[in-house]
Amino acid sequence: MKKHYNLLMIGGGPAGAIAARTAAKAGLSACIVEKRPAIGAPVRCAEGIGMESLAEFVKPDPCFISAEMQRAALVAPDGTTMILDSQSSGGKVGYVLDRKVFDRELVWQAAEAGSDVAVKTRASAPIIKDGKVRGATLEFCGTKTDVTADVVIAADGVESKFSKWCGIDTTVPLREIMSSAQYIVTDIDIDPHCTVFCLGNEVAPQGYLWVFPKGDRTANVGIGISGLKSGTGHRAKDYLDRYMASKFPNGKTIEWIVGGVSVCRPLACTVGDGLIIAGDAARVVDPLTGGGIYNAMYTGDLAAKVAIDAIEKGDTSKNALMPYDMQWRQSKMGKTIERNYHIKEYMINLTDAKMNAIIQTASSINLKEFSTLQLVKELIKRDPKLIFELAILKDLIT
Amino acid sequence: MLKVHRDICGYCGCCVSVCKEGALELIDAYLEVGPGCTDCGVCAKACPVGALEVERE
Ligand SMILES: Cc1cc2nc3c(=O)[nH]c(=O)nc-3n(C[C@H](O)[C@H](O)[C@H](O)COP(=O)(O)OP(=O)(O)OC[C@H]3O[C@@H](n4cnc5c(N)ncnc54)[C@H](O)[C@@H]3O)c2cc1C
Ligand code: SF4
Ligand code: SF4
Repeated sequence: MKKHYNLLMIGGGPAGAIAARTAAKAGLSACIVEKRPAIGAPVRCAEGIGMESLAEFVKPDPCFISAEMQRAALVAPDGTTMILDSQSSGGKVGYVLDRKVFDRELVWQAAEAGSDVAVKTRASAPIIKDGKVRGATLEFCGTKTDVTADVVIAADGVESKFSKWCGIDTTVPLREIMSSAQYIVTDIDIDPHCTVFCLGNEVAPQGYLWVFPKGDRTANVGIGISGLKSGTGHRAKDYLDRYMASKFPNGKTIEWIVGGVSVCRPLACTVGDGLIIAGDAARVVDPLTGGGIYNAMYTGDLAAKVAIDAIEKGDTSKNALMPYDMQWRQSKMGKTIERNYHIKEYMINLTDAKMNAIIQTASSINLKEFSTLQLVKELIKRDPKLIFELAILKDLIT
Repeated sequence: MLKVHRDICGYCGCCVSVCKEGALELIDAYLEVGPGCTDCGVCAKACPVGALEVERE
């Protein structure tokens, strides 16, 4: 490890890895620090990603793809099922990844491009001089080292302590944390090319339960519920255990996963002097789907690009890094987050009866495009009364 | 005092993200409770598996 880097990435998830790859490819010195002893493990993810989203940053490779998805099923509280089939892109819509291999592949690509990597190395404090972030104190097996950098990219995931230490409040409101549990279950009867989303206040209050296939008879079966709805006897794990007992009583659990997903609005500002915040740490997860892999890669890449430009111009102040904040907000990703935040806020207040009615209406729609936007548009067409309820959405989508 | 049931904790960081005092930190698989904790119980509510408990004296 060097004493100084152009870019120092705190966290070796998709955001940190892509940032490092972009920086190293541009010829800058870069280093990823990851506090865990292994990249990608333990997994905190259901591993679903859209086909095109993945391809924007990595060439799809069977080594990190567990299964290909062709359709999605939305299950209403009363069991009514709506199938969203893909008629475009040769029937394929997305993948269920193997994040242990995927995250490692991304870090490997960063390393191959010239980035340094330090595992079991934790950033324990920022180095701040004259109000500007200048690096981080790194702890490795009992030793402390100060490493300076022109720009630090905080890509430290849902925990996001680094930005907090730099004075930026990253606290997720209790009601907007998806308290999550997931099992990898094998030896179960599933449609191996269909992702299943189950809704309902009894099934997953203010969240959803998912079955994401990872093979012919294996799937990630998981759930996220609002932190506000969580408590003794009714935690994510309790709901999941109940579902498992009723749907897959003979399934064998080969992995036990817990986690938190933020579904709040992104941070009010995602840059500071010498600092850029990317991925989950910036709270850029899609608030409706809980998907954050693509958003982490997108913001990681953009963070590095803006940092490279700033370093070349010799100014890494908050002002000079602001284009990052502005660009992701104006991007398709930023706009989707904003729109989906409103849809999520609408959805969490629905009664089971209303959800049943909407899904019954929607299940008669034959969607050509696999998108939330199309679905909402079609729903409004079928049930114009919904327009009044979806008033804010209408402005967003027309 | 906030008690961590280490036999239950899956070291996921969900609790860390909701603590407004910044009192929690995950050191790989070890959840550390710092001196800033006010025993508010928000983290205990958010934990997906019930590994946290505010013990009243
Ligand atoms: C249960 C669950 C299901 C999900 N399902 C999906 C899904 O199906 N599809 C999808 O797109 N997204 C999903 N997500 C979200 C997705 O996992 C995240 O959005 C994604 O991993 C974010 O990438 P990241 O690089 O920002 O952060 P992470 O992948 O969390 O990486 C952050 C890294 O930083 C490290 N770190 C933290 N602090 C420090 C420190 N001080 N020093 C050094 N290293 C540090 C951490 O150990 C971690 O490895 C899910 C999340 C959960 C919890
Ligand atoms: S939320 Fe629960 S399981 Fe996750 S780290 Fe905190 S105490 Fe452990
Ligand atoms: S009890 Fe409150 S202050 Fe203490 S660690 Fe939990 S959330 Fe933070």
